[in-house]
Amino acid sequence: MSTRPFGRAAIAVVALLAMGACSSSSKSSTSAPTTVGATPTTAAAATTTAPALNGSLTVFAASSLTGAFNAAKTTLATSAPSLGLTFSFAGSNTLVTQIEQGAPVDVFASADMANMNKLIGAGLVDAPVIFARNKLEIAVAPGNPRGITSLQDLAKPGLTVVLEATGVPAGDYTRQVETQLGVDITPKSLAPDVKTAITAVTSGEADATVVYVTDVAAAGSKVVGVTIPDNLQPAITYPIAVVKASHNHATAAAFVQSAVSGDVQEALIAQGFLAP
Amino acid sequence: MTLRARVMLTLGTLQLDVELVVSDAVVAVVGPNGAGKTTVLRALAGLVPIDGGRIAIDGRVVDDPAAGIRLPPQDRHVGVVFQEHRLFPNLTALENVAFGLRARGTPRAEARRQAAHWLERVGLPEVAHLRPRALSGGQAQRVALARALATEPAVVLLDEPLAAVDTAARAELRRLLRGELRRYPGARVIVTHDPVEAAALADEIVVLEGGRITQHGPLAEVTARPRSAWVATMVGLNLLAGTADGTTVALPSGQTLVSPTPSTGAVFAAFRPNAVTLHRHRPEGSARNTWPGHATELYPAGDRARVRVDGPVPLVAEVTASAVAELHLADGGPIWVSLKATEIDVYPA
Amino acid sequence: MRRPRRGIAPVVLAAGALALVLLPLIGLAQRTPWSTIGSALRQHDALLALRLSLECSLGALALSAVLGLPLAWVLARYRFPGRSLARAFITLPMVVPPVVGGIALLYAFGRRGFAGRWLYAWTGWRLPFTAGGAILAEAFVAMPFLVITAEAAFRSVDRGSEEAASTLGASPSYRFRRVTLPAVAPSLAAGAALCWARALGEFGATITFAGNFPGTTQTMPLAIYINIESGNDGIALALSLVLLGVSLVVLVALRDRWLGVT
Repeated sequence: MSTRPFGRAAIAVVALLAMGACSSSSKSSTSAPTTVGATPTTAAAATTTAPALNGSLTVFAASSLTGAFNAAKTTLATSAPSLGLTFSFAGSNTLVTQIEQGAPVDVFASADMANMNKLIGAGLVDAPVIFARNKLEIAVAPGNPRGITSLQDLAKPGLTVVLEATGVPAGDYTRQVETQLGVDITPKSLAPDVKTAITAVTSGEADATVVYVTDVAAAGSKVVGVTIPDNLQPAITYPIAVVKASHNHATAAAFVQSAVSGDVQEALIAQGFLAP
Repeated sequence: MTLRARVMLTLGTLQLDVELVVSDAVVAVVGPNGAGKTTVLRALAGLVPIDGGRIAIDGRVVDDPAAGIRLPPQDRHVGVVFQEHRLFPNLTALENVAFGLRARGTPRAEARRQAAHWLERVGLPEVAHLRPRALSGGQAQRVALARALATEPAVVLLDEPLAAVDTAARAELRRLLRGELRRYPGARVIVTHDPVEAAALADEIVVLEGGRITQHGPLAEVTARPRSAWVATMVGLNLLAGTADGTTVALPSGQTLVSPTPSTGAVFAAFRPNAVTLHRHRPEGSARNTWPGHATELYPAGDRARVRVDGPVPLVAEVTASAVAELHLADGGPIWVSLKATEIDVYPA
Repeated sequence: MRRPRRGIAPVVLAAGALALVLLPLIGLAQRTPWSTIGSALRQHDALLALRLSLECSLGALALSAVLGLPLAWVLARYRFPGRSLARAFITLPMVVPPVVGGIALLYAFGRRGFAGRWLYAWTGWRLPFTAGGAILAEAFVAMPFLVITAEAAFRSVDRGSEEAASTLGASPSYRFRRVTLPAVAPSLAAGAALCWARALGEFGATITFAGNFPGTTQTMPLAIYINIESGNDGIALALSLVLLGVSLVVLVALRDRWLGVT
């Protein structure tokens, strides 16, 4: 008889926890984001004195931005010493899912508008700004042992090609070009981000992959790039936006500004990105 | 079929050196625990390697360390009945009995037919489709016997076959064993610590003590003339050892024994406990074997009692209950022992 | 009737432990679009993932049995120097993070791996990016479950029965087939079920070593991951429930055995 209140208490504890879980974040995730009308502003907007970069900032950025943003962090360490920067790099689609699930982040930098549009449609970000452009490039082993000269060559049988998965910008851009050219490349594997894709080539598992010129540059002597002519390049634009749930709006906006025309933009150019 | 074996091996602290020849007689290997009886059996079966010696079955050498021959058990054609039946739990009784035949390549139908015949022979045709866990201890051991004999091995070894069977079933199983063993045309060796079992089943006895054979011979001879304390106890006789010179036997304690027959040299003297009479005072009379001693223990047995007497001539005496009362044997104390020479059997050691 | 007061603390903590396990499951169940599960599973990629998972996990089980059972036998029955070390190594894949396992497999069996390069040079075959690679990755993490269970089972076999069998004329292989194996069959079945369930759920080593491509290497766990990352919750959840259901069935069926195995 004396154990019944305890049993009830236990049940209450579980029930409370369960209710808490059910009530949070119940937004439906099945809706596809509609094409968004919000046109991202470009760098032309006048920027006067850059607001101060201080406090702590969490930035989610596409994989391809790894080198550039890390370099920017080094620069900012001296020019904005009171800023505590934390980066999380992954495929843009992965980051979108995390932000939708409520990850604590201040700024989101995507490798394509398609992914940014998902967050715009969900009302999770402020109006984005295009801060960089990029180009696709084929990455092959040093010495180009398979003699690859064009994207069409990647469709040849006997070649081990790795592309990026659906939803990952680099992969989507590549498939865009494939459709345009009427080429059908059958990859042996679909990587979750550009870094994994290029590692497949550097480790010798894959003969070729398609990544950004910036990735090829970042890989140094481990890969050799095969240029894709400009007339075949898709329009690759990188948008960046402040996440509405940010705890540090001022610094977030300042970071976005720096990405467009500041220390961060300089780091991007140095890594091979094109100006927005 | 003849089994000729010299088994030499060391197992822990036990050093075994045994020579056995088994042909027409059923041989029982007896002895105290730890003497090495089971080890000898296992060595014959090939379950334990020997360090030296030679085992030959019908002239065919199955084990000879010096010559580098050592056949594994499955190639020796030796059937074993273990103390704990060791039937295969996932097979029926019939399948168990058929196992050896099938293992040697007999087709299934034929193996089952022969197995059914053997089950009938041990009196258990009705359990053919039962699993071992459904059998009683006695039934399981019968099936084990059928299983071992079904392959018609050249040698049959039985390791304490009745020990794990309850007393009620034991008598019946013993009868079955005697019948089957008597008519089996191969060499048969039983290991037992039970003298009743040995007496019932065997023609010859081999006594193993401390890894060595201390006595062997036909059953009647061994039981009548024990050559070691253990055998004497087993058959219930008193045994003394001494040196004879004519009809006088000098005992180690300095006492002498008068023998009914003259002999010389080392001798044994055996006599039954009930040939001993006890007295509180030194007796007069025709009995010329009279020794002092101490009554130490008393074991009542119906209208008689056994009395252990310690002293220069230790022995066990069997007296009537009234003698116990008259002599106040329950109190123990000094006692005189008297024994007629004609009741003693003296034989060379 | 008086009973001594029992502490409430253990009950509350126990409830917390239960919550830790149940809440994620509840979360999964309440997010699942139950009405569309059927159609989600019938999508082409989902069907591919289902079938591939089945084929690869069974292949991994077969590989684990062919290699792992003899290993378990040797560990149980033979004495040799370094035996306990060998036993420790075989359990390594159980504690090493699967991704680390995948990387290690790459270094060994990748096209440039110290073993893989010979395979590639002599036959032109490769393991990464193939279903065979997925099978190898799954076997790598799942085999220890079978070996551990089998070794314990082989060790506990009644030697008396085996001796009896040998005296009846059974060769070692006949003995193994008719006496030892039937005795260990239930334990082996339990070990095999665990091995299979582990192989079915393997992710880290598979995606790292074998890669990710629908129909070839995109097993259910990979499909779930890829779909979640792309926001295709429907397929991801449906496949998750299938995996969950299968694991639950295996564990419930083994509940008594499992507690005795480890």
